[in-house]
Amino acid sequence: MTATIPTAKSGLAGVPLALSPLTRKDFTSPAEVRWCPGCGDYPVLAAFQGILPDLGIRNENLVVVSGIGCSSRFPYYVESYGMHTLHGRAPAIASGVAMSRPDLAVFVVTGDGDALSIGGNHLIHALRRNINMTILLFNNRIYGLTKGQYSPTSEQGKVTKSSPQGSVDHPFNPVSLALGAEGTFVARTLDSNRAHLTEVLKAAANHRGTSLVEIYQNCVIFNDGAFDPLKASDGMIKLVHGEPIIFGADGSMGVTRLADGTLKVAPVAEIGAENVIVHDAHGDDPQLAFALAQLTDSNNLGMAPIGIFRDVDRPVYDDMARAQITTFADESAKLKAVSDLLKGRDTWEL
Amino acid sequence: MTQVNTIDHVVIRFSGDSGDGMQLTGDRFTQDNAVAGNDFVTLPDYPAEIRAPAGTVAGVSSFQLHLADYDIHTPGDHPDVLVAMNPAALKANLADLPVGGIVIVDTADFTPRALSKVGYAENPLEDDRLAQYQVHAFDLTAAATAAVEPYGLSRKDASRTKNMYALGLVDWLYSRSIDQTVTFLTTKFAKKPAIRDANIAALKAGYNFGETSEAFAVRYEIAAAPAKAGTYRQITGNRAAAYGLVAGAARAGLPLYLGAYPITPASEVLHYLSDAKRAGVMTYQAEDEIAAVGAAVGASFAGCLGATSTSGPGLALKAEMLGLAVIAELPLVVIDVQRGGPSTGLPTKTEQSDLFIALFGRHGEAPMPVIAAQSPADCFAATFEACKIAVEYRTPVLVLTDGYLGNGAEPWRVPELDELAEIEPNIITEPNQPDGVYWPYARDEKGARAWAIPGTPGLTHRIGGLEKAANTGAVSYDNDNHEVMVRARAAKIDGIVREVPDVVVDDPSGAAKVLVVGWGSTFGPIQAAVRLVRQSDRDLATIHLRYLNPLPANLGEVLASYDRVVVPEMNLGQLAMWLRAKYLINVESYSRVRGLPLRQSELADDLNAIIDEEAAK
Repeated sequence: MTATIPTAKSGLAGVPLALSPLTRKDFTSPAEVRWCPGCGDYPVLAAFQGILPDLGIRNENLVVVSGIGCSSRFPYYVESYGMHTLHGRAPAIASGVAMSRPDLAVFVVTGDGDALSIGGNHLIHALRRNINMTILLFNNRIYGLTKGQYSPTSEQGKVTKSSPQGSVDHPFNPVSLALGAEGTFVARTLDSNRAHLTEVLKAAANHRGTSLVEIYQNCVIFNDGAFDPLKASDGMIKLVHGEPIIFGADGSMGVTRLADGTLKVAPVAEIGAENVIVHDAHGDDPQLAFALAQLTDSNNLGMAPIGIFRDVDRPVYDDMARAQITTFADESAKLKAVSDLLKGRDTWEL
Repeated sequence: MTQVNTIDHVVIRFSGDSGDGMQLTGDRFTQDNAVAGNDFVTLPDYPAEIRAPAGTVAGVSSFQLHLADYDIHTPGDHPDVLVAMNPAALKANLADLPVGGIVIVDTADFTPRALSKVGYAENPLEDDRLAQYQVHAFDLTAAATAAVEPYGLSRKDASRTKNMYALGLVDWLYSRSIDQTVTFLTTKFAKKPAIRDANIAALKAGYNFGETSEAFAVRYEIAAAPAKAGTYRQITGNRAAAYGLVAGAARAGLPLYLGAYPITPASEVLHYLSDAKRAGVMTYQAEDEIAAVGAAVGASFAGCLGATSTSGPGLALKAEMLGLAVIAELPLVVIDVQRGGPSTGLPTKTEQSDLFIALFGRHGEAPMPVIAAQSPADCFAATFEACKIAVEYRTPVLVLTDGYLGNGAEPWRVPELDELAEIEPNIITEPNQPDGVYWPYARDEKGARAWAIPGTPGLTHRIGGLEKAANTGAVSYDNDNHEVMVRARAAKIDGIVREVPDVVVDDPSGAAKVLVVGWGSTFGPIQAAVRLVRQSDRDLATIHLRYLNPLPANLGEVLASYDRVVVPEMNLGQLAMWLRAKYLINVESYSRVRGLPLRQSELADDLNAIIDEEAAK
């Protein structure tokens, strides 16, 4: 039997809008922000608070759910409803919020340890279900709150207190993981590029379904400069839907597809401008996005694409779940349905 | 002419291969008797394997039911009648049948190969091993196959109607109408007319065989049991718990949200609520036990009544999230259908060994109310009460049932919703302090915090797992504030004692020196044992605890007023230890951990010995 599936709509459909325009300040809570001076979390908070007035939603219809870690203090600083929950479990809790309340805009704030280590299971299942929420994954490649152990995104060989001879763990590529879980919106941005951060967060919020945004975020205390190799190199590949994938000094480098389907990075002069592939974030086939994700040098960060890898429509779990549930014209109709349920079909009178 | 004997009760066990449809047969026979007004209690017993090898003792599935013309509480220790559909079923159950018991056997599978598979060197139907029983051996399979011949079923499908043939025969034997089962089959197989007609034909053929064959000299009749007037249905503990949640949410005017992960023997709670979408219920089959309870906590934060259902291993996984619900002070109902543990333990067998994890199984000072159901139908009332406390006190509440209650069934008078207690969520929609300020941790007279839900203008706030400042709810690391909050949470749970009725001692003679204290599903066996003890002219008092935390206000006084206090439990003495710790009373533990309900006759004998020993002092 095939059920009717509601069409995917804008990420914020169903969320009431503010009657008069709000400002970034309206979304700033009175709590004192307590991240370390210079922490990459500050610019992300600022960018997030900056997009909220543009989204047009009200404070009271915004819910921010976080797990545990430095970045998970985030909800305390946003003037909205919020919940600072358990290590790794924010997507699970946010799933309950999103399913039960279509009038709420739900955001999850998590980190590399929170989302990819202890909470890996919840992350992949949120992505596969496509529950309507936006996940901000702050990746600083280190455990900050517990004072500097290697994380699931740390480069192999990382020397920390728990890996004095260098870690032997192979790092996760969060974008590949999210695409492998068939996420419908997968992007990467970085704390130091406010314009890019803002643009990507806005697109993520407007996507209906689970949006995952990996944010390269610098930890000034335990992993300072983790993204400097990428920033210093010519290897940052900016993905823009519909544009040829060129990068490096003067756009001299390009990405092309070989006969066997794999991607190759080479000078444009060598491969020919006509052979540079054009980024398609909306295509049905996820292989391009995955191949692009694989261009990430997860160990040394000499190269990494940033931008929106994939942004496609797929029916949204919570819309479908709600569509299966009977709604009632009034309370008495509901009570009648409850009463009928309790009685069942096989009753007798005494 | 067959003679009709009127009896006051009988225990019947249907037993066969796990593919023989014994659960359905037992369930239908129960329904056929329920309609006639008998009181009943049922006990299904099936292997953990979905389809253990056919014809083996390990693959035997059985269903026992106890019918009576009076108020009964147990499925009975021993069957009076055994219906055995193959040699394995006979082998597995014969030892439970008292001398003189009735055995109805399907002989179809009594072949040398099938007999040797279960260790019978000779056919027990052909020697004197069954001489002390009333044996009725027929080829039920052949009779059923012949009866359904006109419907053109495959040989396999035709032989599968043997359970309906056996049901028809037993319905006749106990003077029950087959009409309701005919209606049931008509609906169940509406889309498979041949299967429908064949099953009905087999049912009727079995009934008619009893009527015409003169194989049975006696048939039986059990009169209706006295009961309050009303609409009744048969209900299992798992269904009753599920419906307790539905009714609780309805009375609170909140949407019900269940997050669950499949686990034996609790999965039916998820199934029944997933089939309750027509009553507005939302269910979520989560990726794991933690996500299941996490989503429920999220739903409660969003203004639903969040609930989760599980069994022991799942409860262990949920522990951290329960701590979050304790400190966030959000409503949550957790149903734990206990099974044999530790670890995977005995997934399909019953036990009461989760009391400690229910009371203490969280880190930090994280008290939770714990309520235990005492019978299948009582799972409804216990769960409903849990909903009321969870909502009105903003706390997670644990409901303890067990595999025996969850799968067992009894008659249930379906309540009208307005007969049930009102539940007042008292969700706040306006600032509760001067100047438009909202304090999420301001408390009412019961200690419940001021609960505002997302979407409410002016009341935006953040909660979470970090310690909160009293009243304002801001994050606080202040030492003295922590002590205030730990004590406030504890006092709130202790204060729930105002909802807990005092225990009323059942001590009819007033002369008893020994008090039996039970909790949860031992209610039935203890009641039956107490009845047996009193029939032997001994004095015995009993109480049954529903609230394990907080305990009833007068409990210490009651315990202290008896010379000897005995606590029968299906664990190694968990309630006994809790009572000793609470009241410094020399409570004696009586424990059995066989994965089965306590045996009433064994318990009665042991209680008699204790009473006699006490009298001799």
